[in-house]
Amino acid sequence: MILFALGTIGLLVRRDLIFILMSIEVMLNAAGLAFVAAGAHWGQPDGQVMLIFILATAAAEVSIGLALVLRLHRQYKSLDVDAASEMRG
Amino acid sequence: MLKLLWLMPAFPFLSSLVLIIFGPRLAKRTVALLGVGSIVLSAVVSAAVSAAFLSSPPPGNAFTQTLWTWMDVAGFHLHIGFYLDAISLVMTLVVTFVASLIHWYSAEFMSEDEGYSRFFAYMNLFVASMLTLLLADNLVLLYLGWEGVGLCSYLLIGFWYLDPANGAAGRKAFIVTRTGDTAMIVGLALLATQLGTLNIQELMLKASAQWSVGSPYALAAALLLLGGAVGKSAQLPLQTWLPDAMAGPTPTSALLHAATMVTAGVYLIARTHVLFALAPLAQHAVAIVGIATLILAGFSALTQWDLKRVLAYSTISQIGYMFLALGVGAWSAAIFHFMTHAFFKALLFLGAGVVIDAMNDEHNIFKMGGLRKELPVAFWTFLIGGCSLAGLPLVTAGFYSKGLIIWAARASGDGSPALWLLAILGVLLTAMYTFRMIFVVFFGRAQMPVGKRPGYRMTIPLVVLAALSVVGGFVNTPAALGDIHIFTDFLHRALPNWVERPAGAITEMGSEGLVTLAFLAGLGIAYLVYIRKSHYAEALAEFSIGKALHQFWFADWGMDWLYDRIFVRPVVWFAHFDRTDFIDSVYAGLARLSELAYFALRSTENGKVRWYAAGIAFGAVALVSMVLFL
Amino acid sequence: MNSVFYLSAAVAIVSTLLMITRLNAVHALLYLILSLLSVAVIFYISGAPFAAGLELIIYAGAIMVLFIFVVMLLNLGDRATAQERSWLKPSMWVGPAALASILAVEVAYFLLHEPAQSLAPGEIAPKAVGIALFGPYVIGVELASMLLTAALVGAYHLGSRHVEKSELRNVHRLANSEAHDVDFAKPGIASRDDLVRVGNDRPAGAP
Repeated sequence: MILFALGTIGLLVRRDLIFILMSIEVMLNAAGLAFVAAGAHWGQPDGQVMLIFILATAAAEVSIGLALVLRLHRQYKSLDVDAASEMRG
Repeated sequence: MLKLLWLMPAFPFLSSLVLIIFGPRLAKRTVALLGVGSIVLSAVVSAAVSAAFLSSPPPGNAFTQTLWTWMDVAGFHLHIGFYLDAISLVMTLVVTFVASLIHWYSAEFMSEDEGYSRFFAYMNLFVASMLTLLLADNLVLLYLGWEGVGLCSYLLIGFWYLDPANGAAGRKAFIVTRTGDTAMIVGLALLATQLGTLNIQELMLKASAQWSVGSPYALAAALLLLGGAVGKSAQLPLQTWLPDAMAGPTPTSALLHAATMVTAGVYLIARTHVLFALAPLAQHAVAIVGIATLILAGFSALTQWDLKRVLAYSTISQIGYMFLALGVGAWSAAIFHFMTHAFFKALLFLGAGVVIDAMNDEHNIFKMGGLRKELPVAFWTFLIGGCSLAGLPLVTAGFYSKGLIIWAARASGDGSPALWLLAILGVLLTAMYTFRMIFVVFFGRAQMPVGKRPGYRMTIPLVVLAALSVVGGFVNTPAALGDIHIFTDFLHRALPNWVERPAGAITEMGSEGLVTLAFLAGLGIAYLVYIRKSHYAEALAEFSIGKALHQFWFADWGMDWLYDRIFVRPVVWFAHFDRTDFIDSVYAGLARLSELAYFALRSTENGKVRWYAAGIAFGAVALVSMVLFL
Repeated sequence: MNSVFYLSAAVAIVSTLLMITRLNAVHALLYLILSLLSVAVIFYISGAPFAAGLELIIYAGAIMVLFIFVVMLLNLGDRATAQERSWLKPSMWVGPAALASILAVEVAYFLLHEPAQSLAPGEIAPKAVGIALFGPYVIGVELASMLLTAALVGAYHLGSRHVEKSELRNVHRLANSEAHDVDFAKPGIASRDDLVRVGNDRPAGAP
């Protein structure tokens, strides 16, 4: 839980897209930890199964995220997330 | 046959509906057919009903046809019913006949106007409302017709709505008559609460049973109804709207503001004559209003240069005669004068329409001249109408009807020599302004070439009305000139006769003789000033008192100026002052609030990812805490 | 047993904390790996060896390596570090820290109202996990594989620099125009520098 909170803080504070992605990883990890702990508590394998799914999701998300990082870098020449704020009202 | 009564207002009403809905899509011929045809049908029904009534009079000399119940609440009954007796028979006959002639005339007169179907729709609606008014058997239905004609008057005065002056004239007419209508509705309320019914015949019976002569209720009710009549009939003090109403098309002026609508007030007072008989003070007031209006309008007509405005003031003056007749108790004389007035005034207006059309919409009589050779039919019919208006002795209808009123002003128990003399002065004035008009327009040098000449649809109505203006008076002549009183006898089935006072020094023939003298005097003065030595007119106008009087009379004795100062300006000032009061700020505040909300919400969409992530986090926290702690 | 748990938990928390406060991306990644390792240890202690293994191999092994590759590909350098320093002011930490602490308080409240349990009554063998995967969760497995395929295709397209024929015309037009910064998103064309290296997959500055 504390890990999740730390991940959220990191997500909100950092402006660099890489750091934001890393914070997201931390959050996912924390969630997986919670699942496994719960599964171990009840003595069922379901927690680990959830972990596997979370892992798969994290992998997919990381690959797309990093591709987007490359895109952002090419376009704006920096990884500042605030630079990509053209969809404003 | 009498059962066909309801068709009389139904035909024009249906035709008006059809023209309102489908009018723009119909061909001109169809529109004319519908518009004129419905009124002609109505006239046919009127003739048939009248024939049936005259040949075999129904019991009590009155026929009632109830169509359905309008409301029935707490013991107060109101029906949609029509009541035909001598008064309404005469009036509906005249109205439908004159209206059909005027509609036929306007089929040609308005043929180049792009609001053709709209015009006929409004005119038909007007005739339907007028007939409802005349045939109503209770005061509320009468009021419905009253308002209907007021509405049509507004619509028709402002017919050419693209010019704001016309709309302003329409509004003025509506507001001024509204003032009268308000008095009328208060009167109706008084009658309803005191007597429990508004059915006219029941009302009359109950009033005479419950109230004694001089009762304050009767006085109040009669005065309030008089207020309504004064507004609609353009008498003092509410006469200011009629001259401005000449902004409408000429057939409208002919139908509404000469022959029919403005006589609705006369009809109302004649119908409720019992109330006025119960309140002698109110009846005197009617006579005073009549005579004052007569004189004032006569002076004003003398100074006008617009052809239609002369005729408008003339109408005000002649209705003053009708009010005078009502005021001295000569009820049938008033209806007689209404009939003859409808004929010659409609004739004069239609003739004026021909002249104005020929002069390319020029209204100023001093720019016209010498038209008697160019427009012969118009000239002769206009001359006949003018003579009838002024009262050419022995051969015109106006002579007989006006003579009767003037004699009644002297001979009736409620009359007085003062009224009689002033009425004769009115004859002098009438002759003066009428012949001034005729001499300036039709005689002298031609100043403008004639543009359009009228077709047969415009000339035939003129001829018919001219004939009627001559023979229409022969239904009632004084004792020494044939002693015919078919008309008054017929009307005495519904209206009482006046109380004769013991004969004074003047006999009826003497009165007629004085009237003739006044007529000749007026004719002579007009001839002198306008044909022989026209520099008299200019000299009079330049002379300081003459000039001041001329201006004063031209401006309707200053009444417009007075009303503007007393009523219009304060109200407009207050409306302006009250433009942004606290109620307005509620609505403005609402608008401002949504504006602020817009700005606030807009700033939350700034396109920054972290901002949105923060939003999600915040929302998650809020949700979780809500679940936990609530 | 408990002490190992608390120790590795502490390591995880500290390393995550350090991770989010680093200026250099590679340093932060290394701290992240450390955090993942400690979490794996926690998994093992909790009686989920399969999970621990997976965590190590996939998460710390593949995903983190992918991160490191991309960071090095971008070649951010000192300029980025200086930028980070300017961005990371202490005042920035206040809001998120407040939010997260509220979250932590809520969870703590939750936890404190539950009777404390001891760790790991038993171990869950990988075999049990496998049976569960192929049993009730088999659909999830298939979906996960589809997800990964989708991610693969998406990442390929997003990352590629292929220029299509319709864009070639744009390329020539842009090359001839005066526009210096093209800040609308066009696939494959982002700036003047790219125009020169159309079709070339090598990043700027690479030998």
